Amino acid sequence: MQRNSSTIWMVAQREFIDQFRDWRIVVPMFVLVTLFPFIADDTTRQAVNFMNRFGGSIILDHLIPFVVLVIGFFPLSFTLVVALESFVGEKERGTIEPLLSSPIDDRHMYLGKLLVGITTPLVFSYVSIGIYLILVSHRNVAFPSAYMLTLIFLLTFAHAVLMVSSAIVISVQATTIRAANLLASFVVVPVAFLLQGETVLIFWGNEDVLWFAIVGVTLLATLLVRLGLAHFRREYLLGREIDTINVKWIGRTFRDRFKGQATSVREWYRIELPITLRQLRQPLMIVFGLAVIAGIASYMWVVTNVPSYIELTPDRIDQFKTFIADNLANLDSLGERLPAPVLFYHNARTTVAFLLLGLVSFGTLGLTLFIGNIALVGGVLGAAHLVGYSPLLAFIAGILPHGIFELSAIFLATAAMLKVGAQLVTPQPDKSLGETLLLSLADWFRIFVGIVLPFLAIAAVIEIYLTPLLIKLAFPYL
Amino acid sequence: MIETYDLSKQFNNDFWAVDGVTLNIQPGKILALLGQNGAGKTTTVRMLTALLRPTRGWARVAGYDVTQNPQEIRANVGVLTEQHGLYMRMTGEEYLEFFGKVYGLDPNARKTRSDYLLQYFGLVEAAQRRCGEYSKGMKQKLALARALMHDPSVLLLDEPTSAMDPESSRLVRDEIARLRSSQRTIIICTHNLAEAEALADSIAIIYRGKILLNGTLDELKRVVLGPVEYEAQFARDFDAGELDLPQGVTLASRSPSSLRFRVEAPQTVNPMLVNELTARNAPLVSFQEVPRRLEQVYLKTMAEAQGVAYAA
Repeated sequence: MQRNSSTIWMVAQREFIDQFRDWRIVVPMFVLVTLFPFIADDTTRQAVNFMNRFGGSIILDHLIPFVVLVIGFFPLSFTLVVALESFVGEKERGTIEPLLSSPIDDRHMYLGKLLVGITTPLVFSYVSIGIYLILVSHRNVAFPSAYMLTLIFLLTFAHAVLMVSSAIVISVQATTIRAANLLASFVVVPVAFLLQGETVLIFWGNEDVLWFAIVGVTLLATLLVRLGLAHFRREYLLGREIDTINVKWIGRTFRDRFKGQATSVREWYRIELPITLRQLRQPLMIVFGLAVIAGIASYMWVVTNVPSYIELTPDRIDQFKTFIADNLANLDSLGERLPAPVLFYHNARTTVAFLLLGLVSFGTLGLTLFIGNIALVGGVLGAAHLVGYSPLLAFIAGILPHGIFELSAIFLATAAMLKVGAQLVTPQPDKSLGETLLLSLADWFRIFVGIVLPFLAIAAVIEIYLTPLLIKLAFPYL
Repeated sequence: MIETYDLSKQFNNDFWAVDGVTLNIQPGKILALLGQNGAGKTTTVRMLTALLRPTRGWARVAGYDVTQNPQEIRANVGVLTEQHGLYMRMTGEEYLEFFGKVYGLDPNARKTRSDYLLQYFGLVEAAQRRCGEYSKGMKQKLALARALMHDPSVLLLDEPTSAMDPESSRLVRDEIARLRSSQRTIIICTHNLAEAEALADSIAIIYRGKILLNGTLDELKRVVLGPVEYEAQFARDFDAGELDLPQGVTLASRSPSSLRFRVEAPQTVNPMLVNELTARNAPLVSFQEVPRRLEQVYLKTMAEAQGVAYAA
């Protein structure tokens, strides 16, 4: 353990020496870090004066935490260059080979670089925040609570880990510093959007909600560190001199994986698809388990908590029933208003959206969206119970007929998406990150084309033409 | 010791950078690996340092398998890379200290070793200066000192004397020779054929990833340039007439003042040949082997490999 940490520190220490002896890095950093709090302080003063004139106390109370968050982010974005060039910079300067030829373990080398990449921006962020807080403490404004400041410090830390771990993944994969700097936008821009979302949470006024952001960002950062460690290979740092997109190879690799050994569609369904399905057993169990928990939890929450928000008097319940009856009045002609192909397209698009969100978050955002959808179903059934309808009957008549196909398809697509994310963060011997991604996507497309699309098509037809009839039969008084 | 069998590396699933390299280098021996730029020398060395995984074949370095024990190999091999790879903002002393730590040397060993190497390569005065301020030759010497810092049993040296002045080159060659005598196994990749000739016990010529020739310099000369040639120089024009040449000797060329013979077994045949000439009252001034350099071997081999005519 001591040897591990000393090796990591040894790698980090050398990097620190290298950075802090380069005035071209140090001087701009110090200037920006010290200058920005003064600019922010002056802006705060003007904003406070402006809002005091118009009575914007709600905004005023949350202004300082917001500025602290932004000040914390600012040094992170420009010190990201340290992490971005951690590997590719050494490669370009020709210093990487002696280091890679040494007996330093891959993990220690990676974590050493990560340590420097995180420490440098964090120190600058906290120094910048510290200067700003000292300046603002002399102004006549509401100083944020210690709890709020702790949350923002934690959030800044999570941002630093997220940005640096992404930057180091880029640094390992890029072949030139120029390419790495261009790719930096894919780190800075999403985190800037994330910051906007967190700003909304701050101005919303519920501090505790920030914990969700901290946990979410930390989870994503942890997965990114794992991704970096899983795909860090000395061979790739030296083996690739130029970035060339080998379209033929991409096409061939994807096609070979998608098709497998099958020589006909029948053989593909009989032999190849079951292989992929068997590999989905574990993610499918996770998805199913989460779906049951989300559905039941949501149902219970609605049944238990909604009455405390809305008083459900008989009159109110009648109003709800009338509202539901009005909405379901023209169920017979649902197909005219919502043709089955449109519904099919919408559902297919949703599963693709799960995949895309999953791809940028190693499955977590896609899974969150899936849980949200299932929770919605649980919530609707809970609401049905509250207004006096049988939730079981509502489920059997309104969801189950098309749900057999639609839910199965969504469960499978989500499980396949989860597997893509898991494979990305799992070490794959002899496979590059690109190859792992390509093979995982081919597996996902096997499920999508082979099962999800046909199931969604059947579900759309049933939902438009059969489910309305069954609802009418189950609830004739509607 | 370095042993490889059918060592091969393919890049991008279509290009074989190294194809079927088989080598055996015993402790206390130096192999010079010669070849054009891009012939596969660096890729071979990178496989031997466990930086690249062989696509086919195997290699054992210092008793360890390159795919099974990469860490052990890296701990026992000293590498001088194509680029010196110095950290420009570190001083020479800090640089050696860092790599001493990397190779797990204790502080005393680091100091002793670093002092010795800095002293040996004449870098003591520059030890406190940043590497960025060093001349090309000094950088090369410091990089070599780094490769030797942990006193490895196997050395893989890529152009060890490039950019060095003659004195420094001599210093490096002496150190390499000393390492050989202390039973180190050494591979030198070089374009400096004179250096290869002076240092190497065996020579391998690699072309497009394949080893074209591998053996001692004498073996290579015999295989590529044919039997050894000896030249008899005369004090004045001399007509030898029809010579009664012993078996295994052919007349390669003649001029009024010299004769050149191709000899299969000089040890037994040369005395007979000299006798034959003196019996004919030849005004013999000298009888000596015609010098054949590695350069001729290399250029002829390359010309044949490329299918072009070799201009001797």
